This record gives sequence, structure tokens and C-alpha cells, in this order.
Amino acid sequence: MTKKHRENLPISPDDFMHEFMRFKRGSVTRRHFLGVTGLGLATAVMARSPGAFSTAAYAAEDLGTKMSIATWPNYHDPATFENFKAATGVAVEVNVFGSNEEMLAKLQAGATGWSLFVPTNYTISTYHKLGLIDELELSKLPNFSAATENPRFTKEGQIDGKTYALPKNWGTTGFAVNTSKIKTPMKTWKDFFEVAQTEADHRAMVHDYQLTTIGSALVALGYGFNSIKADELAKAEELLIKVKPHLFAINSDYQPGMRATDAWMTMCWTNDGAQLNRDVPAIAYILGTDGGEIWTDYYAIPKDAPNKAAGYALLNYLMDPQNAVKEHIANGAPTTDSRVISLLPKDIVSNKIVYPDEAALTPLEFGAAVTLTDPGRAELMARFKSA
Amino acid sequence: MAVSAENKRRLVTAALVGPAAVWLFTFLVLPFTAVVIFAFGERAPEGGYQPAFTLAQFANLGARSAAFTNTLTLAPIGALACLLIAYPVAYYLAIKADQKYRMFLISLIVIPFWTSMLVRTYAWMYLLGARGIPHLFELAGIDDVRLLNTPGAVLLGIVYGYLPLMILPIYVSLEKLDRRLLDASADLGATPLSTFFGVTLPLSLPGVMTGVALVTILLLGEYLIPQLLGGGKVFFIGNALVDLFLQSRNWPFGSAIAVTLVVVVVAVLLVAMRIAWRVSGSRQVDLI
Repeated sequence: MTKKHRENLPISPDDFMHEFMRFKRGSVTRRHFLGVTGLGLATAVMARSPGAFSTAAYAAEDLGTKMSIATWPNYHDPATFENFKAATGVAVEVNVFGSNEEMLAKLQAGATGWSLFVPTNYTISTYHKLGLIDELELSKLPNFSAATENPRFTKEGQIDGKTYALPKNWGTTGFAVNTSKIKTPMKTWKDFFEVAQTEADHRAMVHDYQLTTIGSALVALGYGFNSIKADELAKAEELLIKVKPHLFAINSDYQPGMRATDAWMTMCWTNDGAQLNRDVPAIAYILGTDGGEIWTDYYAIPKDAPNKAAGYALLNYLMDPQNAVKEHIANGAPTTDSRVISLLPKDIVSNKIVYPDEAALTPLEFGAAVTLTDPGRAELMARFKSA
Repeated sequence: MAVSAENKRRLVTAALVGPAAVWLFTFLVLPFTAVVIFAFGERAPEGGYQPAFTLAQFANLGARSAAFTNTLTLAPIGALACLLIAYPVAYYLAIKADQKYRMFLISLIVIPFWTSMLVRTYAWMYLLGARGIPHLFELAGIDDVRLLNTPGAVLLGIVYGYLPLMILPIYVSLEKLDRRLLDASADLGATPLSTFFGVTLPLSLPGVMTGVALVTILLLGEYLIPQLLGGGKVFFIGNALVDLFLQSRNWPFGSAIAVTLVVVVVAVLLVAMRIAWRVSGSRQVDLI
């Protein structure tokens, strides 16, 4: 850079006027004019820097420069947040959690700094009851289309006819089995707990998560996934404590163990099942014919969100089917929105891990709110882990 | 304005102590007071804390007795294992090693501290997992060796993680040892073995006590190693606390356990100081 600003100009004022008149007369193209004057480059730069020239959709409100989201591991396409930053100038900080209980604990403690988070269906009524979330202003979310959503997966986002959360993905909780190691054919949770003590001795994993670990044990015994009946829980505890010495680990982060073949079978969520099966075809994903969990993850905005405007902007961005489909392809969890299904590659729609037959889903239950706060289940889990 | 020497000294003292006092008050005394208040409260129906004055949380401590038993067993065993490995290393560094290489050798012990404990523990997960050491056994024809997620793996992780904290205090006390005492012992006809047990070991006991106290206290709050190398099957007080605050959200019960843990740590520290005073015969012991 030289000191005289004129010398730094891409074109002198006189030449600029000359080119401008040529452009006006039609002697040169618009592209030539923008190129030779440097305006083309300037426009491109300005378009990337928000505040000066925002796109129309985001121009109405000041979105700030950063926001924070609380979500699950391996659940987003990292490019999504890069693209969102390019479009809006808002950098997204991603906090990853291991359980809904932990998310709730952080929000109960306050000052999380999150402007968007991803709770699972059965927790939303508790967030609402505790006044931790606000009703969503759907006018700020034009990309959301209620008409194309499957109501099975949206109903728990609505309380008393008001919308508090919008669905992200749905899925199931089954189990993944490395069929090159385990030859016993398995169909049920009863099979899972039996094989865990025999053929998969020291090779099976259960979640470090009361809902699915206790729920699956209950199902294996023929009880409901969400039971909080003392006698049924006592039976489930007996089963879990009997199985514990045979387990490889109690951990919800099971992909590393399965990939390294330290573990041969594990409780597993749809998206992890799809990822494991994609990379290691011998790993099958099985839904219990005796029951299990079906779930929906939602997006909600905390009441004390420090940057609500950016939270809405990101949520609206994620509701755009063009963006949602990339998320789907990256995380492998099925969508609730038929607009997204129509954009998916055929091999994903026909993947039975991601989109099982309706009959396979029939025995499954959504988690119930009561399990989240029931002290009996929490204490059972502690006794199981410390046994 | 004239400032008297006395006032000046007070000002300097205040300036030196002030920042640490403010820091400790804000980040230790205040939060711990909150924990104590919580410990006498009740779990709200949806989890968290609701005010009350009850001893119910303390009465319920038995519900986590397994966590206390595991911790109070493993912490001394871990400290003892560290001691058995650390003492010869410290002895070699302080007495036997060539002066020229000593700093280099000590830096080898300290260097692992430059990377995160978490990263180093994950490295052990890989080494102990099916693709690591068990795979080498497999190549040698020994199948089905399982190392990861066993109590042995937890002990290994603990010894690995805490060894430097044991070596360094023992090294310091051995390094201060007056070598003429060893010569005198030999002159008076003692064998090397009896010199070690009669002279070297007793004089290094303050370092040993410091190391044991340091490692035991840190182990009482250990969470990471049992979680990662024990596969979540080995349950310590640290793990019980994490679950109570983040999973079942029973903050009052978690607080009661935290308060109890602090009491246990203080008790361990007092006992260690008593022993150190006795063996050194004075109250001039730098315990930590």
C-alpha cells in the first residue's frame, strides 16, 4: 500500500467515468465494467461480509457474530455450520452431550449460553413445565412446513396447541451385532441379554443411559419400555446386575469399541447403526421384535438464549430441505419431513436400517416423560453401575 | 503523607496476599458454601435443588457405599503401586544418575504433563484395545487376551498418570540427603542394604509421605481413568458425583457426597501429617 490513496485505486477516477460512460452507451458488457473497475470484486467481498450487505432473509434483524448450540455427537454435517456462517456471519459453537439428562441439568443450572438445542421427544414436556423453553414464533421459521411433516414425529413438540419444538430427525434404539463374531441369530432384547452372558461374554456394551438400558432390560422381561413399577424395575435390576460381570462396558460411546472389535454387540441408535454398517458391513442393526424405543429429536430455543435471533436464523436454515438433506446424509438418521425424503439418494431411502418396514416399528415405544424424573430409575442405574 | 514502616509492611502483605485471598474466597469458599447448603436441601420433583433443612441426604450415604468402598480401596492401592515403582526411579535419579544427564532424565518424567491427561488416557485405550497389545499376542499365537475395561487397566492408568507426582517429591528428599551419612554408615561397617534401610529410607520418608498423600488425595476424586479404561463398570465417588449432578440431577445428595469426600480428604491429610511429623521428628515438614 502506498500512502496516497489514489495510487491504491484499481482504476483512476477519470478512467472510471470513461468506462462507466462506455457501459451506459452499451459499448462494453456489464461483466467488463465490473471487472475493469474492480466493482465486481468489491461486490463479491461485500456479499460475504454481513452487516454491510446481508441477504434479504437475514437483513431484518441483527444476528450478532456468534451463537452456541447443544446437540449430540456425530449428528451434524460440519459443512452446515460453515455454510451458515458464510450466509449470515454467525459462527456456531457446537456443544456435544451424552444424554438428555445432562442437557436438562445444564439448563436447570442456568447460563448455558445456548441459543438452540436438540432435546429428545420425552423431555420436552418437562422443559415446558420448568419454564426453560419458549413457544416458537413460527413466523420467523418460514422454511418449516407443517404440512409435509409426519404428525407421529411432531406431536410432542406441541403442548396445548402451541409449538415449542420442531423435529430434527427420528430414529430407533436397537442393537448392533458383529455377525462375523457372533453366530447366534438374534431377534429380541431377550436374545441380546442371553447372548451377552454366553457367546458375547465380555464383548457386549449397554448404554450409560437409564432410559435405554433399563428400558431394554424391561422389554427383555416382557414389561413395558417405560415402566416405573417397583416390582418390574426390581426384576430389571436383577437381570442387569446378573449381566454386568459379562459386559465389556457401560458406555454410550460404542462406535470406537465396535470398530476395533473390542465389542461385538451393543445397544445402538439408528444413526450409529447406519454408520457402523456402512463402514463395517458385518455389523448388522437389529430392532427387537419384543419392543424397544422409537424417538424423535427436536430443536428448541432456551428461554434464556443469549442470541435468540441467531437461534431462529439457524433453526430456519436447518428447516430448509436443501440443508436438512445434507444433515441427513451426514448423520444417517431418518427425516420427519417428506420434502427431505424426496431429495434423498435412493440407497438411503431403501436402507432398512434408516427406514425400517412399518411392521418393525409397531412394537416400539416412545420414551415417556416420567422416566426422565423418576428417582427410582436413577437409583437403579447407580446401583447397577456400582455393583 | 508519611507512611510508617509498620503500615508499609502491612500494605505489602495485603498486596501480596490479597489476590490469592480474593481468588480463594470467590472460587473456593463461596462455591463450597453453596455445596454445603445444598447438602441439607431436597431434590426438586423434576430434579435439581429445593430449599429444605434435612439430614436425609447424609442418612442416605449408604446408597453409594459401593462407590466409597471402591474409592477407599483403590486410592491406597494405587498410591502404593505408584510408590513401589517411583522409589527406585527417584533413587536412581538422585543418587546413582550421572549429574550430566540428571536434568535430561527428570525432563523425560515431566514431559508427558505437556499433553492433556485425556489424550494420554485415550492413547492407552488404543494400546490396550483389540488393535493394540492383544493384537501382538494374537500374532504370537495367544488368542483372546483382554486388557481394556478391566480393573488391571484402571490400575495401570492410575500408575501411569500419577507416577510423576510420586517420583518428584521423593527425588527432592533424596537429593537433599547428605552423602557423608552414607559414607559414615559404610565406615561403621553397615552393608549397603542396612545403610539403605537404616539411613536413606528414613531420611526420605517426608518425600514419600508427600507423594503418598498427594496421589491418594487426587485418586479420591478420580473420575476419568475408571470411566475410560474401566469401561464405566468401575464406579468411584467421582463417577457417583457426575451421575448425581448430570444424570439423575439429585443435587442435594451429590452435595452431601461431595461434603463427605472433602471430610475424608481432610482426614487423610491430617493422618499423613501426623505420620510425617513423627518420622521426621519435627514440625518442619513441607507436606505439599
